[in-house]
Amino acid sequence: MSTLILRTASRMLTALLLLVSVYLLWRGHNEPGGGFVGGLTAAAAFILVAMAEGWRVARRALGVDARLLALIGLAIAAVAGLLAGPLGLPFLTGLWWKEAGLPLGTPLLFDIGVYLAVMGSVLTIAFAVEREV
Amino acid sequence: MTVGVEQIGRPTLRDPWVLGALGIALATFVFALGQIPAVAAGAYPSLSWSWVAGLGVEFAFRLDGLALLFVLLIAGIGVLVLAYAGAYASAVAKGRRLCLLLAAFMVAMLGLVAADDLITLFVFWEATTVISYLLIGFDHEQAKARRSALQGLLITGAGGLAMLAGFVLLGITAETFRISELPAALAGTDMGSLTLPLCLILAGCFTKSAQVPFHLWLPNAMAAPTPVSAYLHSATMVKAGIYLLARLHPTFGAHEIWFPVLTTVGAATALWASIQALRQSDLKLMLAHTTVMALGTLTMFLGSSAPVAIAAAVTFILVHALYKATLFLAVGVIDTHTGTRDRGVLAGLRASLPVTAVAVFAGAFSMAGFPPFLGFIGKELKYEGALAIAQEPGLVVAAAVLANAMMVAVAMVVSLRTFLGERPGSLPARVPPRLMVAAPLALGVLGLLFGLLPSIVGNPLVQPAVTSVLGEPATIKLALWHGINVPLMLSIVTVALGVAIYWGLDRITAGLDSIGATLGWNGDRIYDVVLAATLSGAGRVTALLQHGRLPLYVAVTFVVVGASLIAGAVMDDAAVWALVEIEPIEPWEIGSLILLVVGAGLAVVGRRRLTALSGLAAIGVGTTLVFLMHGAVDVAVTQFMVEALIVILVAAVIPKIPPFEAVRSTRPVRLLRAGVAAFVGLGVTLALLRLAPPVDRKITAFYEATSVPEAFGRNIVNVILVDFRALDTFGEVAVVVIAALAAFALLRGRRNSRGLS
Repeated sequence: MSTLILRTASRMLTALLLLVSVYLLWRGHNEPGGGFVGGLTAAAAFILVAMAEGWRVARRALGVDARLLALIGLAIAAVAGLLAGPLGLPFLTGLWWKEAGLPLGTPLLFDIGVYLAVMGSVLTIAFAVEREV
Repeated sequence: MTVGVEQIGRPTLRDPWVLGALGIALATFVFALGQIPAVAAGAYPSLSWSWVAGLGVEFAFRLDGLALLFVLLIAGIGVLVLAYAGAYASAVAKGRRLCLLLAAFMVAMLGLVAADDLITLFVFWEATTVISYLLIGFDHEQAKARRSALQGLLITGAGGLAMLAGFVLLGITAETFRISELPAALAGTDMGSLTLPLCLILAGCFTKSAQVPFHLWLPNAMAAPTPVSAYLHSATMVKAGIYLLARLHPTFGAHEIWFPVLTTVGAATALWASIQALRQSDLKLMLAHTTVMALGTLTMFLGSSAPVAIAAAVTFILVHALYKATLFLAVGVIDTHTGTRDRGVLAGLRASLPVTAVAVFAGAFSMAGFPPFLGFIGKELKYEGALAIAQEPGLVVAAAVLANAMMVAVAMVVSLRTFLGERPGSLPARVPPRLMVAAPLALGVLGLLFGLLPSIVGNPLVQPAVTSVLGEPATIKLALWHGINVPLMLSIVTVALGVAIYWGLDRITAGLDSIGATLGWNGDRIYDVVLAATLSGAGRVTALLQHGRLPLYVAVTFVVVGASLIAGAVMDDAAVWALVEIEPIEPWEIGSLILLVVGAGLAVVGRRRLTALSGLAAIGVGTTLVFLMHGAVDVAVTQFMVEALIVILVAAVIPKIPPFEAVRSTRPVRLLRAGVAAFVGLGVTLALLRLAPPVDRKITAFYEATSVPEAFGRNIVNVILVDFRALDTFGEVAVVVIAALAAFALLRGRRNSRGLS
C-alpha cells in the first residue's frame, strides 16, 4: 500500500487530520464535534501514517505507548470530575473559568480526557492487530 | 519433675506495634469501665455520622447494656489475649502479625457490638469474617489451616450474605436502619411480612455462631494458634451471632417462629456438640465442641421471652467467656509445656505447672457449675430460666441438664486427668513464658471473684444487658444461695450424671467412635462433597459457555438480541405500530436507500473478503447519510469515523489471513447463519416500527431549555455527554479503555502461545 503518492500526501493529510481532530474537540461544545469524534479522527491520522509509511513509523510518531495514552485520558477525565470535590460539589459538576474570555472549564478538560482515551484505545487495538497478523 | 528447663517464646512485647495494639485494647477497656454508671442508669452514649444519606444509612453507634457487656468482654479479654499472644509467638515478626490481626479483629468486633445501624453492623460483621479467615489460616504453610480458614470463610460468608439481604428487607419494611428504633417502627406491622427477613438473618446468626448444621467450621478453626482460638472461637466472634439474636430480640421476639426455631436449633446444637465433645482426644478440640454446645444453649435460651431465661443467657455469656478463655489459654500453656494436647497422654502436670493448674481448676469448676464460682450462679439461673419457659419447659430443662452434665465431665477431664495422677516420664517440660501463665490465671480468678461477689457484675452489667435484650426494664439479682429449690436439685442431678459420664468416658468414646465408623459419614465429608460438586458444576458451566469459538459467541449474542427484540415487540400490548402512518420517502433519501440495499447485497453475495467489506462500508455510509438527513450531525460524523476505522483495520488484516474460498463453510452452516441474520433483522425492524412515531419531546425540551444557561453550550449532544450525563460518559470511556487493554492482552497472549508452540 506504500505508494509514493500516498506517502507524499499522507504527510499533509495527517497534519490536516490532527488539526481537524483538535478543531472538532474544541468546537464540540457549541457545534457538532466533541472529544469522542475528535479522538477517532486523531487515531485515523496515525493509522494513515501507518498505511503510508509503516506501523513502526506511526508508533514512533505517536511517541508514547498507546495504552499509556488511553490511561492518561481516563485519568484526565477523572481529575476533571474530581476538581469539584474540594468545593463540596458532587463528582463531575461542571466548573467554568471565563475570565480569559474563552469558554474554559472542567467540561472541556473532561472532553480532552475523552479525546485521549478514545484515541489511545483505538490505536492500542490497531497496533495490536498489526503486530498479531 | 522438670525434665529440661528451656525458656521458649521470645516475648515480642517490646515491639511498638504490639504495644500499640495492647494500648488500644487497654484504653477501650478503661473507657468502657467508665461508661458503666451511665449505662446502668439508662443514659446510653451514642454517636452517628451520615454515610449514605439517600438510603438512610448511617455510621451509628450506641452503647446500651448489652453492647457494654460485650465491649467489656472483648476489650478485657483482648488485653489478656494480646499479652499472651506476644509471649506465645516464636518470632517477633510473627508475633507482630498475630497481635495486629488480633487487634484489627478486636476493633471490628467492637464496631459490631456498638453499631446501631444494620448496615454499619453488617460491615463490621463481614470484617470479623475476613479477619477470622486470616487468623484461622495464620499458619498458612499448613494445608489443614488453609482448608479450615476457607471453610470458615465460605460458611460464615454465605450466612453473612443471606443476613445482608435480611437486613435490607427489614430496613425497607421498618423504613429505618436504626436498630434501636426498629421495635417502635415495626409496632403494628404484620409479623408475617417479617418471616423472610427473619429467616435470612437467622441464617447469618446460625452460621456465625456455629449452630447445627453449620457448626463444623468451628472445631476445624482450631487449626489456628491458641490465642486466636481463645479469643475468636470461644469468647468473641462466635458470640456475634448470639449477640445479634439478643440484639434483635425486642424486634423479633414476638414472631411466631422465633421461639420454636431458636429452641429447636439451640437444643439440637447443644446435644450434638456434647456428644461430639466426648469423642475428642485433643483437649483443644474437646473445648471447641463445648463452645458449640454453649452457643447452642445460648440460642435455646434466647428463644424465650421470659426475663429469667434472658437473664440466664446474659449471665452465661459472661460466665462462658471467662471460663472458656481461661481453659483455652491454659491448654495453650500445656501444649507449649509438653508439646501435646492429647488427653490420653497428659497426666500429673500439677507439679510442673502449679499456676496453670490453679487457673484450669478455677475455669473447669466454673464450667462445671460448682459453687462458689460464677458458673454455679449461671447454671442455677439456666435451670430457673428453663423452668420459666412457658411453652416447652420439659425439652429445655432436659437439654440444659444433659448439656451441663457433659460440661461437668469435660471439666473433669481437663482438670483432674491432666493435673492429677502419675506424670509420664516421657513428657517434655519446657517452661512457658510467665505472661502466658498469668493470663489464664487472671481470668480464672475473676470467675471465682464474681462468683463470691456476684453484685459486682449483677447490677452494673447483667441487669442493664437484660434490659436491652427484653426492651423493657428488668430487675435481676444474682446470688450464690437461693435456698433449696428445684434448680438446686437439678444441679445435684447434673453433677451425678457428669461424674457418671466421666467414669465411663473411655467406653463412651469407644462406643461413639464405632457408631461414627459405621455411619461413615460426617459433616466434613458432606462439606467436601458439596464443595467439590459446586466446583465441578461451575467448571462444566464455564466449559459450556466459554467454549472459545468466536463464531458461536457471535451467533449466541445475535440470537439473544434478536429474540429479546422480537419478544419485546410481540409481548408489548400497548405497542403502537408505525406501519400505517409511515412518512413518504423523500427523493434525496432514495440515494442512501440504494446505498444500503446495494451494500447489503454485496456483503451477502461477495465472493471475496474485500468485496464483502466494501459492501459493509457502503451500509455504514448509507446509515451515516440517514442520520445526517435527520439532523443528527454529531451521530453521523462519529458513525462515519467508526465505519472508516473499522474498514481500515479489517482491510489491514485481510491480506494476512487465508482467502475466503479456503475456509468457506458448508451449505447448512451458511443457511443457519442466514437464518440468524434474518432473525436479527426481523427483530430490529419490529423494534424500529414500534418505536418510530410518538417520540416523547419532554427530554429534548428540557435539554434545549437548560443547555445554554446551565452548561454554556449550544450543542446539546455534547453538553449531555460532557456535563449533564458526564458520569455515563466517564463509565463508557472507561469501558472503551478496558476493552482496548483486553484486546491488546488477547492479541499479545495469542501471539505468545503461538510462539511457544
